Amino acid sequence: MTVLVDRQTKKGPWVDQLKGRTLIEWVEDRTPGDSRLEMCIQCGTCGGSCPSGQDMDHTPRQLFAMLRAELEEEVLNSNTPWFCVSCYLCTVRCPQEVKITDIMYTIKTLAVADPRTHANTARDFSETFIGYVDRFGRSFEFGLASRHALSHMPNSVQGVMELGLGLLTQRRMDLTPTKIKNLPQLSKILHRAKELEAEL
Amino acid sequence: MKYLFYPGCSMEKSAIPYLMSLKAIEDKLSMELVELEDWNCCGATEYSAVNRIASHALVGRNLAIAESMSAESHTLVAPCSACYLNLSKTDHYLQEDRIFKARIDDALAAGDMSYTPGSIEVRHALDVIYNEIGLEKIKANVVKPLKGLRVAAYYGCMIVRPDLHGYYDSHEYPMILEELLEALGAEVIDFPMKTHCCSGHMTQISGETAYELIRRLIYGATRYEADLMVTLCPMCQLNIDAYQSEANRYFKTDYVMPILYFTQLIGLAFGIDAKDLGIGQEFVDPRPALAKIDVEVDEAPAATKKRRVKEEGLPMPQMPGKNGGGD
Ligand code: SF4
Ligand code: SF4
Repeated sequence: MTVLVDRQTKKGPWVDQLKGRTLIEWVEDRTPGDSRLEMCIQCGTCGGSCPSGQDMDHTPRQLFAMLRAELEEEVLNSNTPWFCVSCYLCTVRCPQEVKITDIMYTIKTLAVADPRTHANTARDFSETFIGYVDRFGRSFEFGLASRHALSHMPNSVQGVMELGLGLLTQRRMDLTPTKIKNLPQLSKILHRAKELEAEL
Repeated sequence: MKYLFYPGCSMEKSAIPYLMSLKAIEDKLSMELVELEDWNCCGATEYSAVNRIASHALVGRNLAIAESMSAESHTLVAPCSACYLNLSKTDHYLQEDRIFKARIDDALAAGDMSYTPGSIEVRHALDVIYNEIGLEKIKANVVKPLKGLRVAAYYGCMIVRPDLHGYYDSHEYPMILEELLEALGAEVIDFPMKTHCCSGHMTQISGETAYELIRRLIYGATRYEADLMVTLCPMCQLNIDAYQSEANRYFKTDYVMPILYFTQLIGLAFGIDAKDLGIGQEFVDPRPALAKIDVEVDEAPAATKKRRVKEEGLPMPQMPGKNGGGD
């Protein structure tokens, strides 16, 4: 882990976007509702509750300490937000009512947008998924599973293919994606939303 | 009673049996589900990992459609826990955060839409069936009690957490599904894992992590000698049913724990034919369990069928943007 960087002299890619805010404040501004990230008292209840904690690089508590210490690259490249399965157990247990799960989503968006983030399967999965939503207005499970598996898990393709075949023979999967009728309307909404996100 | 209805993408794909069984019991429960017109995907847990505002604007479009149809009903029913949470969360934050609301208003306006926060009440199908329709109505329709069937009531995460509107009795140890299943005549086991995670989309990201979470659940249900697990979420059903053999292979175990939707069990207790409830489309064969209540299913589930993988492989779906597919 690198040492704490002095915010005044730092010339990281986020300096412009931070607009004088601390990293914690920036994450809070990007998270809908009152995320209460600054209220974290480092008690560790979150990490102790987390079902995928054993596979995470850092517990949620550690990740929030890293945000406070402005360890940008370490935060971006921590697998922690990507291993969050959105179970909300930490969120309902946190004594400070920090909206931990929501903050995990925000950290993921920062990682997706930042060139310093290393290649990562989970990030690609999310991007593949939303690619379908943007183009069809609907998600497409089979396309998702097969396309993702082909590029990331060549060794498990057989398993995924068998699963796909099973779902097909069980009539539980459709080969043609459904497209919503008013896709242009949805596209305009999403386009404007993405412009607004860039201003945050 | 009329309700607006948001099926969500899974209900039309991997969770068709959930949709079939919900439709099959609709009349008997005096429900009329009015599907949202031209609804879009809720974004699951993926859209908000890439873009926060757009993920809520995506959901905002569905809420706006619901508001435009509110002459039918102000209650919007979602049977998928992820869809339910995304809809209810967006509505909640729109009421709580004015800056956020201004941004979503702006985005929706680009599509000539608008939504008044709080105008639509988002509810999960289990919540509506338990709290609005009620156990009395359910009991009155039971003609074939599920006597002798030992079931594990499995809620998963997103229905009871974070529960922004306070509809549930507990974040971690709710009882409403147990009460409902008991009203159907089933024997409900104690299941401490009832609100543990099914692994969500982790099956696509890290198999090892996902299989461990799936293993814990099927281990727990097996230890307490459940005949089957009962779910209320398409994602939970898919993970535990379709990935059970992968988890078994990974841990060299041989668990056989079928999982059905609560709506399918309601249907069985109402005397509806298993086939009309979409039963028979599972990977893990529920027939031995269902035999205990004298339910016969003609079709063999996938896992018990001899599987032949053709040499040329599966027909591949056309990818968007490639070969002009889909656009
Ligand atoms: S449970 Fe809450 S207060 Fe405690 S370390 Fe986690 S986020 Fe901080
Ligand atoms: S919501 Fe995410 S971080 Fe919190 S306990 Fe669940 S998996 Fe862990």
